[in-house]
Amino acid sequence: MYSEKFKAALDAVAAKRDENTAYEPKRMTADEKDALLKKYHPDYRVDKFETLKVGKNKGEKVPTELAAMLQAHSRIAGKQIPLDTPDYDVDVLIIGGGGAGASAAIEADKAGAKVMVVTKLRMGDANTMMAEGGIQAADKPNDSPAIHFVDAYGGGHFAAKRELLSKLVCEAPEAIKWLSELGVEFDKAPDGTMITTHGGGTSRKRMHAAKDYSGAEIMRTLRDEVLNRGITVVDFTAAVELLLDENGAAAGAVLMNMETKELLIARAKTVILATGGAGRMHYQGFPTSNHYGATADGLVLAYRAGAKLLYADTLQYHPTGAAFPEQILGALVTEKVRSLGAKLVNKNGDVFVHPLETRDVCAASIIRECDDRGLGVETGNGFGVWLDTPMIEKIGGAGTIEKRIPAMMRMFGKYGIDIRVEPILVYPTLHYQNGGVDITADTMTGVTNLFAAGEVVGGIHGRNRLMGNSLLDIIVFGRNAGRNAAAKAAAVKQGGLTLDHVTEFEKQLKDGGVETDLCSPKLLPDYTREVRS
Amino acid sequence: MEQTVNIYLFGKKYEVPENLTIMTAMEYAGYQLVRGCGCRNGFCGACATIYRIKGDRELHACLACQTKVEDNMYIATLPFFPLIKQVYDIEKVPVNQQVMMQLYPEIYACVGCNACTKACTQGLNVMQYIAYAQRGDFAACADESFDCVMCGVCSSRCPAGISHPQVAMLARRINGKYILPSCDHLDKRVEEINNGAFNDLIADLMQKPVEELKELYNKREIEK
Repeated sequence: MYSEKFKAALDAVAAKRDENTAYEPKRMTADEKDALLKKYHPDYRVDKFETLKVGKNKGEKVPTELAAMLQAHSRIAGKQIPLDTPDYDVDVLIIGGGGAGASAAIEADKAGAKVMVVTKLRMGDANTMMAEGGIQAADKPNDSPAIHFVDAYGGGHFAAKRELLSKLVCEAPEAIKWLSELGVEFDKAPDGTMITTHGGGTSRKRMHAAKDYSGAEIMRTLRDEVLNRGITVVDFTAAVELLLDENGAAAGAVLMNMETKELLIARAKTVILATGGAGRMHYQGFPTSNHYGATADGLVLAYRAGAKLLYADTLQYHPTGAAFPEQILGALVTEKVRSLGAKLVNKNGDVFVHPLETRDVCAASIIRECDDRGLGVETGNGFGVWLDTPMIEKIGGAGTIEKRIPAMMRMFGKYGIDIRVEPILVYPTLHYQNGGVDITADTMTGVTNLFAAGEVVGGIHGRNRLMGNSLLDIIVFGRNAGRNAAAKAAAVKQGGLTLDHVTEFEKQLKDGGVETDLCSPKLLPDYTREVRS
Repeated sequence: MEQTVNIYLFGKKYEVPENLTIMTAMEYAGYQLVRGCGCRNGFCGACATIYRIKGDRELHACLACQTKVEDNMYIATLPFFPLIKQVYDIEKVPVNQQVMMQLYPEIYACVGCNACTKACTQGLNVMQYIAYAQRGDFAACADESFDCVMCGVCSSRCPAGISHPQVAMLARRINGKYILPSCDHLDKRVEEINNGAFNDLIADLMQKPVEELKELYNKREIEK
């Protein structure tokens, strides 16, 4: 519920609502966008980045918090761990139980491999579950994979690896078909036509959705299928280090039971890293829309094993994280709210940016509004701007909000805010790891037999990702990784297991003059208030 | 000075700021959560929780990440509930109530107590969607259960031993695969791609200089 102090600002928004609903703000030119991003986007704040001293990306800058994890000690440094009697022995080991891991598991199982999924929380505890807005695919007559390619390539600032992006767009319709056939309930018209909308930066309406539970609907369906197939899932178990064979190829992982801390050894012919993102690292102190387990574990494991990262310096700040009430600070307000017609409005009630600019541009615009311009609304926890949700019903008619974005209505409704008649306060929230582990078109990392899929990968989206291309990428690349890892496993001759790379990395840290008490991967954020103990 | 309230975590009293959720109050009290914490945004169902307010008979259920603490709240988390999930082949299930009779026959033992609905952390009409499942109306069951986060609180209250979220999961998959209309433009596009209809266009984009791609991007037409 909004207290009295918001009344004046709320009235200002309501007074201009009709005018603002009809108003079509102009889109920025390429030069205007560049200038805006350089001045206001968090990726450009040089003092928040640190140069790596060791590893394949030595000399490159990454967020300070990530550098600390990439250059930390191993959790098993100095421990004697017997590797000759593995607790698990499988063909394909999948680390991570989100959308990419589940897709990979289904395909690897279908290919006949013996598959095991390990996940540090539960199967399905992942950012996939929280993706609200939708999934892109160029399947309408006025659209094509080529148009999808141009939208994503430009939106990513012309930095994507083209061989990855072309795979993403060309296999998108097939991904939607695969999901439909598994039973995912996409929003459709009575004749079967997909109900699609725009996302920021799309030039065609190609956003497919399942209300605003798109990711949850996909994730629960994939999880159900993994369980139906009888695939082994080991939950509450994190990978804390990769295992290599004598030739330097990935051959398993050291696992840790999250509850008992018992260490276990999994031997595998191939390994798929599907560990997801990094929002819970809270780069630059931003709140996050991410899952509790999003702590960049996969980057740490891969980096220590000798893989290269790509664009690890670029993060996505989703323009519309909840800024009020404080109980949901940072929670995602789906971009679909803007797709359906809500505009961003400052404290005077003025629209200050086209609502469907790309995410980085929208986020930077909001920061500018609250920063230099002083036109943000004070929330009690900082500043925010209005996202004028009642516009949606003015455009789409009464009932549109309940039908199309029920999760948003519920989230704010719990705090006495009826988004059908009142606008909401938003501010950018740390949302997505644009960069990650570098892979080839066959989903392999720089380490032989180590595959990767999902948010842990970098390069598919360049330096900014469009809405709806992440749910797409976990399906397309998850499936590819599953198939490729299974095929490769059939030809792998296993050797002995080693952790020499971990010892070697410790040596590099020492030689590189890195002094730290930290251990990584982080596994979980620490939100516990310090109590005397 | 911030206002505080007294809460009882598993019966033990803690004084916490009144603006916290149950989840953040546990962290404030000193818990490092491993179980019972997932998306922290109300989508994953990891943090099912039951509570009573002292002096009040009624038992409440909620998601810990979505619920503010109240004074004299007696709280117990339910981080895991043993739901029964039957295994089936989605390619071979019968699309009628036979499938429910085979896999989840206990739904026909529903006594109509409505405890599931009263307990639902999402405010869903759980008993109603089970009724739809009983008569094989999968579309209605899917629609009524769509916002389910599978936290399992409903099942913890069920005298008939029904695993409601899993029943609904089956209904939704059947609805998505067999009952929703098929999509012609999707099938057509997949076929076109498989036939190589876009190969030349994509090949052209793959080798174009970046400057030309910038031109294409900055001048593209945007559908209204």
